[in-house]
Amino acid sequence: MASISFDAVTVDFPVYNSSARSLKKRLFQVATGGQLSADDKGRVVVRSLEGLTFDIVKGERVALLGHNGAGKSSLLRLLSGVYFPSTGVAKVDGTIGSLIDISLGIDHEATGRDNVYLRGALLGLSKATIEEKMDEIIDFSELGDFVDMPLRTYSSGMHLRLAFAVSTIIRPEILLMDEWLSVGDEGFKHKAEERLTSLVDATDILIIATHSKDMLLRVCTRAIWLEHGRIKMDADAKTVADAYFGA
Amino acid sequence: MFSFISGGVQDLVASTSRMPLVGALGWQDVRQRYRRSALGPFWLTLSMGVMIASIGIVFGQIFNSPIHEFFPYLSVGLILWMFMLNTISEGCAGFISSDAIIKQLPIPLPVHVYRLVWRNIIILAHNLIIFPLVLIIVQKPIGWIALMSIPGFVLLLINMLWVALLLSTICARYRDIPQIVASVMQVVFYLTPIMWLPSMIPNKSGSLIVGLNPFYHLIEIVRAPLMGANATHLNWMVTIGIAVVGWLLTLSVYGRYRRRIAYWL
Repeated sequence: MASISFDAVTVDFPVYNSSARSLKKRLFQVATGGQLSADDKGRVVVRSLEGLTFDIVKGERVALLGHNGAGKSSLLRLLSGVYFPSTGVAKVDGTIGSLIDISLGIDHEATGRDNVYLRGALLGLSKATIEEKMDEIIDFSELGDFVDMPLRTYSSGMHLRLAFAVSTIIRPEILLMDEWLSVGDEGFKHKAEERLTSLVDATDILIIATHSKDMLLRVCTRAIWLEHGRIKMDADAKTVADAYFGA
Repeated sequence: MFSFISGGVQDLVASTSRMPLVGALGWQDVRQRYRRSALGPFWLTLSMGVMIASIGIVFGQIFNSPIHEFFPYLSVGLILWMFMLNTISEGCAGFISSDAIIKQLPIPLPVHVYRLVWRNIIILAHNLIIFPLVLIIVQKPIGWIALMSIPGFVLLLINMLWVALLLSTICARYRDIPQIVASVMQVVFYLTPIMWLPSMIPNKSGSLIVGLNPFYHLIEIVRAPLMGANATHLNWMVTIGIAVVGWLLTLSVYGRYRRRIAYWL
């Protein structure tokens, strides 16, 4: 069963390429981003998340709130398994799917069909699965004959529709998103909304970074408000939304 | 130490289940480079062919060596050298150039190294066409012994894999290393018997330059059988030794730092 358990998780970024001297002047100043400090060897370190402790169980829809640089993206990367905590324990049980950057890995010179295979392989789908879903993807993205044309001939709308159609065939237990995806013109938007909702409904846990109060109240059951890499508030969606956006 | 190695091994094993991804990305890299060009990757074959022909003619004359010996020797050496050179220099950028994927998807990191090695194998396969052509032109027969170059190549590949993984890891952290590697490789090219035969230099200094050069042994386990002779025991011992030591070193370094790599990019 899908579950997430964080215990005092901290993420420190070592900064190797910036001038340590000039940054040292700003040591311990609280910036909008993480906190700058130096480790015991004198290297400059950006602390992007600090002391995160929370549990998320099956069925929860969690929104991540916070200003730019509050640590939302770092937290999503921790959850997806891309980052490992510098200290603390981050336990994530369940298969993870990500709808962050759905255009990742797309090749503009390759045809739409090739890109479906490529994108599918990146998402960990087998060739057989992709072949099975191919017609559905082509149909859904409304590309028609364009699917055998190189991607550079696509309009940006077609491009997004294809990326969206491939990326949403996954059925993970834990779904990570950065803002609610909304693609295409009015007609397509409706269809996409339906598909996304059915994907979200099928997952055990949703974690979504957002700035939208409407979406938060509509979809989420719980919200975590991050500020300077720490949890400022962790409660049900309504309470946090009122505090964050102002009642 | 042991836990690092086992962590590294874990990643290597996990990566083998993503072989379809390795295949797709590797092919895409080659196609992307040559898309919309009429000859495609065969441009490499062509330029390699021209290079072999010109070096062969000039140096064959200078060294006064028989054409049916020197040309096949030179072409195999140069083709293998290009494979090693590209694998090693692209190995430096193994993780750096895949940073977008690494920071977004939890794909085991050795996948990115397998990808670059696979891409270079594809390119090597294109270049390899030159060798039979050269044999036909100089009318040199080839014997069964040539099959021994296959295990030789496998061993070369095992060695290239650890070099690429190790360099990918180190270069993600220390961005000066690629430049150092590039200069070293340039020197190594002249120190390695590719354009010249080991028998051409005086015995004492020769055995030192050649014997201590790992690249010589790596090339020789593939080239010697293709020239109709078995690679020496020394060649095999050295390359197997490098593989064992190299993998142990790589696994402990990679295993130690694999969880930090995403932060370095």
